[in-house]
Amino acid sequence: MKSLSFFFFFIFIISVFPFLCFSFNPESPTDRRVLVLLDDFSLKYSHSIFFNSLKSRCLNLEFKLSDDPSLSLQRYGQYLYDALILFCPSTKKFGGSLDLTAVIDFVDSGHDLILAADSTASDLIKNIATECGVDFDEDSSAMVIDHKSYAISGTEGDHSLIVSDDFIQSGAILGKTKIEAPVLFKGIAHSVNSANSLVLKVLSASPSAYSANPESKLLNPPLLTGSAISLVSVVQARNNARIMIAGSLDLFSNRLLRTAVQKAGSQDKYHKSGNEQFVTEISKWVFHERGHLKAVNLRHLRVGETDEPAMYRIKDDLKFSVEIHEWSGKNWEPYVADDVQVQFYMMSSYVLKTLSTNGKGLYLASFKVPDVYGVFQFKVDYHRLGYTSLSLSKQIPVRPFRHNEYERFITTAFPYYGASFTMMAGFFIFSILFLYNK
Amino acid sequence: MATVTNTPVSDLLKSFKLKTKQQELLIRVSILCLVYILAFIIRLFSVLRYESMIHEFDPYFNYRTTLYLTQNGFYDFWNWFDYESWYPLGRIIGGTLYPGLMVTAVLIYRILHFLRFAVHIREVCVLTAPFFASNTTLVAYFFGKEIWDTGAGLVAAILIAICPGYISRSVAGSYDNEGVAIFALLFTFYLFVKAVNTGSLAWSLASAFGYFYMVSAWGGYVFIINLIPLYVLVLLITGRYSMRLYIAYNCMYVLGMLLAMQIRFVGFQHVQSGEHMAAMGVFFLMQVFYFLDWVKHMLSDTKLFQAFLRITVTCAVAVGTIALGLGMLSGYISPWTGRFYSLLDPTYAKDHIPIIASVSEHQPTAWSSFMFDYHILLFLFPAGLYFCFKRLSDATIFIVMYGLTSMYFAGVMVRLILVATPAVCLISAIAVSATVKNLTVLLRSKNKGVLTGSTKGSSSSKASSKALLDQSQPFQKNGAIALLFGAFYLLSKYATHCTWVTSEAYSSPSIVLAARGAHGNRVIFDDYREAYFWLRQNTPADAKVMSWWDYGYQITAMGNRTVIVDNNTWNNTHIATVGRAMSSYEDEAIEIMRSLDVDYVLVVFGGVTGYSSDDINKFLWMVRIGGGVFPVIKEPDYLVNGEYRVDKGAAPKMLNCLMYKLCYYRFGEMLTEYGKPPGYDRARGVEIGNKDIKLEHLEEAFTTSNWIVRIYKVKPPNNRW
Repeated sequence: MKSLSFFFFFIFIISVFPFLCFSFNPESPTDRRVLVLLDDFSLKYSHSIFFNSLKSRCLNLEFKLSDDPSLSLQRYGQYLYDALILFCPSTKKFGGSLDLTAVIDFVDSGHDLILAADSTASDLIKNIATECGVDFDEDSSAMVIDHKSYAISGTEGDHSLIVSDDFIQSGAILGKTKIEAPVLFKGIAHSVNSANSLVLKVLSASPSAYSANPESKLLNPPLLTGSAISLVSVVQARNNARIMIAGSLDLFSNRLLRTAVQKAGSQDKYHKSGNEQFVTEISKWVFHERGHLKAVNLRHLRVGETDEPAMYRIKDDLKFSVEIHEWSGKNWEPYVADDVQVQFYMMSSYVLKTLSTNGKGLYLASFKVPDVYGVFQFKVDYHRLGYTSLSLSKQIPVRPFRHNEYERFITTAFPYYGASFTMMAGFFIFSILFLYNK
Repeated sequence: MATVTNTPVSDLLKSFKLKTKQQELLIRVSILCLVYILAFIIRLFSVLRYESMIHEFDPYFNYRTTLYLTQNGFYDFWNWFDYESWYPLGRIIGGTLYPGLMVTAVLIYRILHFLRFAVHIREVCVLTAPFFASNTTLVAYFFGKEIWDTGAGLVAAILIAICPGYISRSVAGSYDNEGVAIFALLFTFYLFVKAVNTGSLAWSLASAFGYFYMVSAWGGYVFIINLIPLYVLVLLITGRYSMRLYIAYNCMYVLGMLLAMQIRFVGFQHVQSGEHMAAMGVFFLMQVFYFLDWVKHMLSDTKLFQAFLRITVTCAVAVGTIALGLGMLSGYISPWTGRFYSLLDPTYAKDHIPIIASVSEHQPTAWSSFMFDYHILLFLFPAGLYFCFKRLSDATIFIVMYGLTSMYFAGVMVRLILVATPAVCLISAIAVSATVKNLTVLLRSKNKGVLTGSTKGSSSSKASSKALLDQSQPFQKNGAIALLFGAFYLLSKYATHCTWVTSEAYSSPSIVLAARGAHGNRVIFDDYREAYFWLRQNTPADAKVMSWWDYGYQITAMGNRTVIVDNNTWNNTHIATVGRAMSSYEDEAIEIMRSLDVDYVLVVFGGVTGYSSDDINKFLWMVRIGGGVFPVIKEPDYLVNGEYRVDKGAAPKMLNCLMYKLCYYRFGEMLTEYGKPPGYDRARGVEIGNKDIKLEHLEEAFTTSNWIVRIYKVKPPNNRW
């Protein structure tokens, strides 16, 4: 509990505390409870590979129907689950006390969410996505169609089963091993809201894709076309809750996970689609098994001392250190990077220094306090794609010299000292002469 | 004189009978004692009406620093770097305040504790100003005695003891620099006049120390360091140069300057700042005078001396001008500060420094406040000047100059009435004393003449005056009696006026407000303290509170939270930033607030109670000060046809700026007065123009019971966007 409380203490925006306290829990990170809401229980079997991979990673899945009247995310103010999987695209209204705000509050208190929609997606599901910065195509009958990069199958279909290999370039999100086979996708398109700076396109459609109703003739130009279409998006909220939004529920299904895939116009034939690797890796990211950093033991010392001072003096030499660890899925491992920086900040940064690491998670820097007094902050702002955002700051006042810390005798002032002492002596002699020499 | 004794023997009684001189001394001492007590107790209205508490704004800072001084000792106080104010710049408190007041209070506190009086430092702080006011009456007595006679001294002591112009700054709880500084000011002047009158090095030394105390206590010492050279200059010009003056001024100036340099806040200003150059110039002029005097003494030839005089004076003036010019050009001598300019030119601040002009006590004085603060002294003052001119001496010239210059400054700035008050009291005392003396002399001489001639026996003067109605010179005598009664009437009116003003106008702590309820009962609004204690109890210890600078000292002292700006208005840009945030739209303001790490915003709102000195009424100054640094804020945007209004006809920017939103948030739903629509602002007497206020980045955290203080919390950035 101690390291946890340290961690929280250094988070600058104190008001986020309640959210953070319920977020990813490093004490029992493996024993996480996930509520899975389904339209009907048959999904449990049709998507069993995905669910089994989650279970194999020590996640406790609890399956419920989305209209279960006993649905509730929290009891007595405590959340019962650490994450929520909404595999119920057609649900118009949740059962129990669950609704749009409850889901959003769940996310805002630091819990994770996987949401999958398809062509039957209800307004409720779309609204949850909208709240997270993702806008599904408003045309409810539209699907993503791609006449160039569709999956070649036995029958010539309507090209709504498309393949995509336009992944986000991030080892943190999709794992170190490259996903060789393209991903099969059959579902609806969404675009990311440009006002939202946190949402990322993980899987984009090819430039030739568009979103329209495959059964009717295209009368108007489609609203969503080409690479603007996102197939799968993720959001890492400011409190590090992770959200994944997919436009296809089939993406996770056993059928697509096991299908052989060949992209139209390509000779490469894969006996298995990239879906399994894709959904597994991305679910690892969503459930904080990768890319989750923590910064602890933010310390600063005056050089040559062992206790952390409450205040520095200008021109002091100080040492700054912080430990950064990454969660590997089982335990905390040192995070190694050469681009972590510390700022000594007051209105603007006075010192900006890259921290050197010892490879064991400890990051160090030493510098001189600038010749400016005021209330400074040590700031570590570390934002890397797919990783937890680290925004640490610690306030530290810097005072000017005390009256007895200045140099007592300055060489350049010797004429003045001489002047004053000769003046004193002269006055003394003059007084004696004046008084007694008559 | 009633001497209390149990012995019935008349002989013994007779032996107790005092001689006239002793009687006079006894009367004088008892009057002084009574005045001393009176001066103290008349200032206790505020304690009786409210409680023993610190008043207003600046005194809270003084109290906080005094507390720090008692807890941490002098050296920590001297080196105190305060990071709870002016976030994130901080403030070197030890180097930016006048420590005299705090040191005095702590000294009194230590003495009391040494005598085993276990008082709290707050009580000492509350009663410091009345205590020093009492001491001032003694100084006034001695000063009056020095410039006129003991009678004038006594009258001066009485007048100054209850003069509202002085009481306004020295009631119990008004723990401000001025409370001590007026004593120091008058004491320095008294010692200097004494030194000039006697030519004694000891008095001159004493005045230098008095000056040192004044410098340590208040920035108003600049008045001394300019008035005394001016006085010396006038004496030189009028040919009253003497060795006494030479000794008094040189010793006082040199030692006073050296001592004043020991105050960190003043530092080298005595040799580097334009405001102090007059004293230095006069100092050198004195040496030239002395030198010329010596040369004149050595040279017997008048013609030769005249030529020498011309050359020397020309050279001296030329050297002085060149030195001054070089100093100014090289930047070694700093130019006059804005405050000094605004004293000489009353319109200067309004055009150039809105931050000075925005303070109500820096406004030019209205005639009514002269009447209010001086009452009959306003009429006695010219009469006193007449008497002074009739009997010119070095001392009366001084008091005349002090009176005239300070009266001019009192006309420029309301708060400087305080500086003029001792002079006005002294000069009026001369008028009263001289008049009464003349009249009684007239009465007595007549009485004697009549008594010897009349067959009737001796009786009281009243009876004799009645008997003498139809005597030889009835007109003069009756006139004298009538005038005496008139003087008595006026002085008693003065006493009642002073008591009334003190109890009604000057004893309000302004942190607790009082009003009359519908049934004449007294209603207390304790909203300020409610809000500050809420802050203290409910916010994180390092929370930063943004408010207009007026409340900064109170928030740090009572709420114990970091503020962005406070009443020590040393950084105009920082204040302008806050003014800009308050007068911007919410989404622009949030950027400024985030950059300053603001957690809470505090506004003062009087719409419910009708409290008129709230932030909406101060708002135009925020716009002006903000606009002075950030031209994006333009005053006309907030006005409609040059008119400032908050109702439906208000300017759109006004209706949607942060300050308006924060003040009137949820106010549109509220019924404040019977028979008026909801959202009726009682302070301005209008129905507000924007009743549907939505806040996006802030949320209401606390509103006091009478809505006077409203505190908002800055929301963290949206979690998912």
